[in-house]
Amino acid sequence: MSLLVDIRKDLGSFHLEVSFETEEGVLGLLGASGCGKSMTLRCIAGIVRPDAGRIVLGGRTLFDSARHINLPPQERRVGFLFQNYALFPHMTVAQNICSGMGRALDKAQRQERLAQLLERFYLSGLERRRPGQLSGGQQQRVALARILAGEPEILLLDEPFSALDNYLRWQLELEMLEVLEHFGKPAVLVSHNQGEVYRLCQQVCVLDQGRSQPEAEVHTLFQTPTTVAACLLSGCKNLSRARALPDGRVEALDWGVTLSAARPLPSALTHVGVRAHQLRPAGEDGENVIPCRVERVVDNRFSTIVMLSTPGGGRDRALLRMELEGEGGCALSRGAPTSVYLDPADLLLLTS
Amino acid sequence: MDWYPLYNSLRIAAISTVIIFFLGILAAYYVAKLPRLAKGALDVVLTLPLVLPPTVVGYFLLRLLGPRRVLGAWFLNVFDLKLTMVWYAAVFASAVVAFPLMYRTARGAFESFDETLADAGRTLGRSNTWIFWRVRMPCCRQGILAGTVLAFARALGEYGATAMIAGYTPGRTATISTTVYQLWRTGDDATAMKWVLVNLAISAVVLTAVNLMERRDRQDRARRKEAAP
Repeated sequence: MSLLVDIRKDLGSFHLEVSFETEEGVLGLLGASGCGKSMTLRCIAGIVRPDAGRIVLGGRTLFDSARHINLPPQERRVGFLFQNYALFPHMTVAQNICSGMGRALDKAQRQERLAQLLERFYLSGLERRRPGQLSGGQQQRVALARILAGEPEILLLDEPFSALDNYLRWQLELEMLEVLEHFGKPAVLVSHNQGEVYRLCQQVCVLDQGRSQPEAEVHTLFQTPTTVAACLLSGCKNLSRARALPDGRVEALDWGVTLSAARPLPSALTHVGVRAHQLRPAGEDGENVIPCRVERVVDNRFSTIVMLSTPGGGRDRALLRMELEGEGGCALSRGAPTSVYLDPADLLLLTS
Repeated sequence: MDWYPLYNSLRIAAISTVIIFFLGILAAYYVAKLPRLAKGALDVVLTLPLVLPPTVVGYFLLRLLGPRRVLGAWFLNVFDLKLTMVWYAAVFASAVVAFPLMYRTARGAFESFDETLADAGRTLGRSNTWIFWRVRMPCCRQGILAGTVLAFARALGEYGATAMIAGYTPGRTATISTTVYQLWRTGDDATAMKWVLVNLAISAVVLTAVNLMERRDRQDRARRKEAAP
């Protein structure tokens, strides 16, 4: 079972151009809000019609503008988990779940499947309640049970945890992991939260202003992002415009320093980045040591964040953020000169 | 006292309410989906009977349904059916006059409906008909109910257009409102007063029913909220 998406849609203010392919497993669509992630899911589900392109799910063509194929949502067999769950407010939990079942089942089979789903999603005893009488987490479980009742060929999850408070989020993420492992068919998860994508997905596709970038293994993207958008979305806090030098080193323009990299430079290099926790205080001068001044020390519960001004200045991008385990940074005082070391292997080489 | 006007008024109001119920919902559903310009134009046309004097509506209806006019003549020829000065002529009058009340309240309800619920129904494999009757209508229940009751009340009180197209024939086309006018005009004040009281009683019952329904709905919602953990 595989999913192929290659679609274009003109949305007036911006242009959606997404293409990716995924085998079994979970693909994360990662992007800032308003980048077209949800719109992409809606196109796959058939709620929105793309202008051109095609969508193929496990050999079935769902949409193909060239061949004039556009299956209605009813025939696509997608399980769409909406951001607000879209439970029918006037129906009970049991009615909601049954509304997802196909017509082919007789009454006994429906009852049997309903009982199974109620038990599997810890909803036993709640079948007569209405969605308004449930907590956010229970609502999500009902929505998932309703989707799985119809035995879809793919799961489309639209920001599944955004409607929940932090406390519930983790619990439901664990449950979602279980559902996804059990499901065994492709799933697409839309999120702007890098942590969620990292924990739930095997593959990830970054969407930047309506355009998709080539999909990558989750670990690759988070360890060595290759584009500025991917780097920011993977949670990297330090970014500087950069220029490749003839001697193979990199001039970080915002930071005002010249650095060496362990990897070969891409030809279209525009930026470099480094993760806050990979910066370390340097003992002495040497290669890739940046002379800095402490601008601010922030206690972050289990770590300390130190904001450093670089030779490039003390504002915005020129600032470096260093994160130290424990209270290691608390000894630093504001205004003090210090220097940090950046391992050439940790320097992220990016193109825009 | 001859109770015919009560019976006639109730059956006219009931029949026109049934017609308005379906036509109003249909119009509301399709107009809500139209592009903005067409929506605005159609909205004006469909709401017009609400602001026009009922006599103007009656005039238009006579021009259309009169025995020598397009539709009236055709019905007379083909079905041997008179469309004016008969009791069911009043159905046309009250249906046209009360239609905008149903249409506008239903449209308001449809426009505040969360479309993702319909999208959810579609991705779950449900037909558009199922979604309409099992999701959209129940979710918009309150607005539709309010529109129906308002339309019924308005149809029951219709006078101007009814008087023009159905006239006043005792025992045939007389309704409560035309009877009150006729009795007052002929100086039978005592009987007129009785009909006025009947009319007041019906209106009070209708309004009380609406209030009760609304209160029950509010309580339902409050209870649901309370029960949520």
